[in-house]
Amino acid sequence: MDLLTVETFARPTDDDALRALQPTLGADRTLLGGGTWLFSVPQPHLAGVVDLAGLGWEPLVAAGDGLTVAATTTLAALGDVDPSSYPAWPAVASFRGCAEALVGSRKVRQVATVGGNVCLALPAAPMITLAAVLDATATIWLPDGRSRTAPVVDLVAGPQRNALAPGEVLRSLHLPAVALRARTALRKASLSPLGRSAALLAGRRGEDGFVLAVTASLPRPAVLRYDDVPTAGALAADVAAAGETVGGGWYDDPHGSPAWRRAMSLLFAEEIRRELGGTG
Amino acid sequence: MTGPTTVDGVPLDATPRPGQCLRTWLREHGHHAVKRGCDAGDCGACTVLVDGAAVHSCLYPAVRAAGAAVTTAAGLPEGPDDPRPRFAAAAGFQCGFCTAGMVTTAAAAPGPPSDPTARGRALQGNLCRCTGYRSIADALDGRATVDAGPAGAVGDSVPAPAAERIVRGAEPYTFDGEAPPGLAHLVVVRSPHAHARITRIDTRAAVALPGVLAVLTHENTPSVLFSTARHESRLDDPDDTRVLDDVVRFHGQKVAAVVGTDLAAAEAGARAVVVDYEPLPAVLDAETARAAPPIHDGKTASRIADPARNVVAALHEGVGSIDAGVAEARAAGGAVVTGTWRTGRVSPASLETHGSRAWLDDDGRLVVRSSTQVPFLVRDELARVLGRPPESVRVLTARVGGGFGSKQEMLTEDLTALATLVTGRPVQWELTRTESLTATPTRHPMRVAVTVAARPDGTLTALAIDVLSDAGAYGNHSPGVMFHGCHESMALYRCANKRVDAEAVYTTTPPSGAFRGYGLGQVQFGIESALDDLARELGLDPFELRRRAVVRPGDPFVASADPADHPDDLAFGSYGLPECLDLAQAALARDGDPAPTGPTWRVGEGMASTMIATIPPRGHRAQAVVALDAGRYRVRVGTAEFGNGTATVHTQIAASALGARPDQVELHGGDTDAVDVDTGAFGSTGTVVAGTAVARAAEALAGELRDKAAARLGVAPADCTLGPDGVTAADGRRVDLADLSGARGEGAHGGSPRSVAFNVHAVRVAVDTATGEVRILRSVHAADAGVVINPQQCRGQVEGGVAQGIGTALYEEIRLDDAGRVTTRVLRDYHLPQFADVPRTEVLFADTVDALGPFGAKSMSESPYNPVAPAIANAIRDAAGVRPRRLPMTRDRVWELCREADLPE
Repeated sequence: MDLLTVETFARPTDDDALRALQPTLGADRTLLGGGTWLFSVPQPHLAGVVDLAGLGWEPLVAAGDGLTVAATTTLAALGDVDPSSYPAWPAVASFRGCAEALVGSRKVRQVATVGGNVCLALPAAPMITLAAVLDATATIWLPDGRSRTAPVVDLVAGPQRNALAPGEVLRSLHLPAVALRARTALRKASLSPLGRSAALLAGRRGEDGFVLAVTASLPRPAVLRYDDVPTAGALAADVAAAGETVGGGWYDDPHGSPAWRRAMSLLFAEEIRRELGGTG
Repeated sequence: MTGPTTVDGVPLDATPRPGQCLRTWLREHGHHAVKRGCDAGDCGACTVLVDGAAVHSCLYPAVRAAGAAVTTAAGLPEGPDDPRPRFAAAAGFQCGFCTAGMVTTAAAAPGPPSDPTARGRALQGNLCRCTGYRSIADALDGRATVDAGPAGAVGDSVPAPAAERIVRGAEPYTFDGEAPPGLAHLVVVRSPHAHARITRIDTRAAVALPGVLAVLTHENTPSVLFSTARHESRLDDPDDTRVLDDVVRFHGQKVAAVVGTDLAAAEAGARAVVVDYEPLPAVLDAETARAAPPIHDGKTASRIADPARNVVAALHEGVGSIDAGVAEARAAGGAVVTGTWRTGRVSPASLETHGSRAWLDDDGRLVVRSSTQVPFLVRDELARVLGRPPESVRVLTARVGGGFGSKQEMLTEDLTALATLVTGRPVQWELTRTESLTATPTRHPMRVAVTVAARPDGTLTALAIDVLSDAGAYGNHSPGVMFHGCHESMALYRCANKRVDAEAVYTTTPPSGAFRGYGLGQVQFGIESALDDLARELGLDPFELRRRAVVRPGDPFVASADPADHPDDLAFGSYGLPECLDLAQAALARDGDPAPTGPTWRVGEGMASTMIATIPPRGHRAQAVVALDAGRYRVRVGTAEFGNGTATVHTQIAASALGARPDQVELHGGDTDAVDVDTGAFGSTGTVVAGTAVARAAEALAGELRDKAAARLGVAPADCTLGPDGVTAADGRRVDLADLSGARGEGAHGGSPRSVAFNVHAVRVAVDTATGEVRILRSVHAADAGVVINPQQCRGQVEGGVAQGIGTALYEEIRLDDAGRVTTRVLRDYHLPQFADVPRTEVLFADTVDALGPFGAKSMSESPYNPVAPAIANAIRDAAGVRPRRLPMTRDRVWELCREADLPE
């Protein structure tokens, strides 16, 4: 829809231009990633947008220490990565499932960005799930020209609340090689076959142990870590405990009751545990 | 910028506004193949290709399209990959509002048919509310189902006259076509309270803003009470509504309307209106409404049953004795079933939202172009509200982008008309999707308690319902919905002892209104579920119980009153119910998807049968005029086309009666200038009432043409044959049509007597007791539509009704929070069935000929919806042993039922 109060549309084409604009960002001037959420609801508080699409950031940069995903990479581009191109990184196979967990169509995924999905901080945001299970680190540009890094999951403060300060820009997500070398498993519950995630759980098992990300069923992600695959009882107890503590309890919105979300989270945690080699 | 932006190959040299999306930029420059269904990236009606990639143009910043090649449905390359001819050949649309987005989406991913899962993914972002997607799948597969051959008579699958335009996005809808000069826009300020008195409205700041032309409030608009619901008799609906009121009775009610030179000015004005409220007690629960403070106190002349108790309408009557019937069943060793069922608040959600555009014509007459099913009824009530003579108002429609009953209301025309009269300018108001979901009428939520008893052989001895219907804040269709819901649902069954206790009550929630089935679906969910339990207790097959319990020709239609006390004009014009039961039962036993494997999956079957009167009671009028002009037949009839397919059917009926080809027939409808009277297209009357009027007019004209030609040729009219080229005598001499110009025929129908139509739905489902997932493995629907005038189109109506039934059964619910605010405000949160959600349904027609309908036809638009939810509920019961009692039967609720029953997790 039209953003009728927006009067300025800045489109920096290099990093310096963006850096110069960062201090102007605030309550009435925001970053435009893909625009698939920003243009989907009225934004009467906005007077201007700063479009990131002209910066030409390289979507994916692979190096020995892992994969760096530019914030402007689209969900479709990430989901279309061919796992056979990264034989050393089995976890790349989880990209597609996470991208397709978005409730939006492929037409949305072709425009929506990884950074936008993270910053929107919806419980069902699947790029947060991916980042959580793969221990992604965010690189953030500060308005004063410096940069900082932080675990991506720490950027999620609550439903549609991120922890970025005014003027900060999420530049990229770094997926460490140790996580990418792991095997992964993904499970989604929704009230309809292709609906919004009510529970989206991702697990990984690798050289640094077993990690389970519980998302969508909680207001913000819970990440459970184990040196090795836990027992069914231990995992279930931890998932249940996370539901009592993380973000104020099992999430409640029109996409599923809290009790069902809890049950699906427990069910999927166990399915993932078994898929990744858990026994007993 | 790499070069000029092109749209469909033509450069477009215009700078978009900074916050503008591609959709409005394209439409602003005349590219109206781009439709607006949601404006939020959920429905896909605005899909275009940007450099070959399909995008939702409503989400795409227009600035980003600079230098790109943009392609709309109008500009897709022709050739073997062009999906448009395939959509026309498969009739892959009904209202057609989604079609331009469907074809652009299909064009971006051409290729051979892929598996259903991939196809569901491909169409994830495209919603069709009409078809149920089978015809869209046919289009994608390249299967042709229409017959464009020359015959085009009754019984042929003639394509819709607008098909070629629809698939190119060229058929105009309400807001398509050139905007009148000086067009202003209207934006509404809405209530943030469920119930409050407005103590002050300060519009000074709004009026002072640049571009704001006027602000309408309760202080400067007529205070006349009316009903937004429209019927042939305006006395059917309670006069409890004002254009703008000083009391708001639901969260989201209109408080003020701001008219601006453009949408931005109007929205800015709306934000600047200051309103003070004195909150009043909110009444959010229908169960407690009758003991709550009155919501429409003092409206004693409004035809409200009991304003002091918040009761809009009430019905308490019966025949025989329920107690005696229950005792009889028990004494005979039969069974008695009681239970309570609840249905959800469901949005009609036509892809084109409500809206209208008003202006003054050169003679000073007020003209309103509206997205409505009832132009004539809106004209009459609008004139009444404005205090003008009806002839000073003209209401017309373009093609309407879906209605399903929701446009049997006057929801926008009053404000656009008033705004035009105040400003002197053309004014339009196009509701946003959020306004549609939060403030336009929904299906009435109902609580239905059922008692049913039978002897061991299935003979019913007692049938009683106690119904509480939630009218919401305004009464509009509540009396009609309640009476209709409690009528054919009860009258379908033979039983000496029957009772209906029903009340529709006000609450301070969004108003309920008319929606496909008009109350029957809710009540039948309860009754058909109870009958399923009864069959189980009696050890009878549910099909067999229906065979034994249903009415048959010769029986009176008894809902809750003796026909001697309530004479009716309802008759068995035909009776295909036993055949429908047989067809559905046999079809259910064959085919279907395999059941999922695993210890938590259970499989079961269920069915439900329903009846509907073919015409609403209390009068329904249509008039048609057919004139011969230069070898072409021009048909004038009041009916609007909104995906009901009447334009096709009326063309076929006229062509049949006149021995003409369909392409010789031109329809002019949906316009109060076309004919004198027309009640409108609701209650499935487009074929049986307006179609009869067209048939009569065409037959009258055919008779006149034969008479005239016979006189010229000096032979008897009976020896003359009317054909596509003229009238031919037995000896081969002919008078050409061109020589008979000026002849005309008129016809009318008054909506009585009425027949009955029947529908039986049956499904096999698999239920995952661990997750609550319900998968439909087999879906069959048998319909008694009399003679099917257009098989492809009638099948489409059935499939569309079934898909809406599946939505109601499994997915859809408008939800409110504790303050009465709707929380399902966009289509991402209000789940309309998408391609991946709807199984293929096998549609079977009973072979009957109706004695009352045109060419033996009966209505078949609303009724296919009605049996779907109870059939699915009964199948879930059969599969998992748990009885669903509340719609929708979402996965979380089915899971909860499975937990209560301690089923495998």
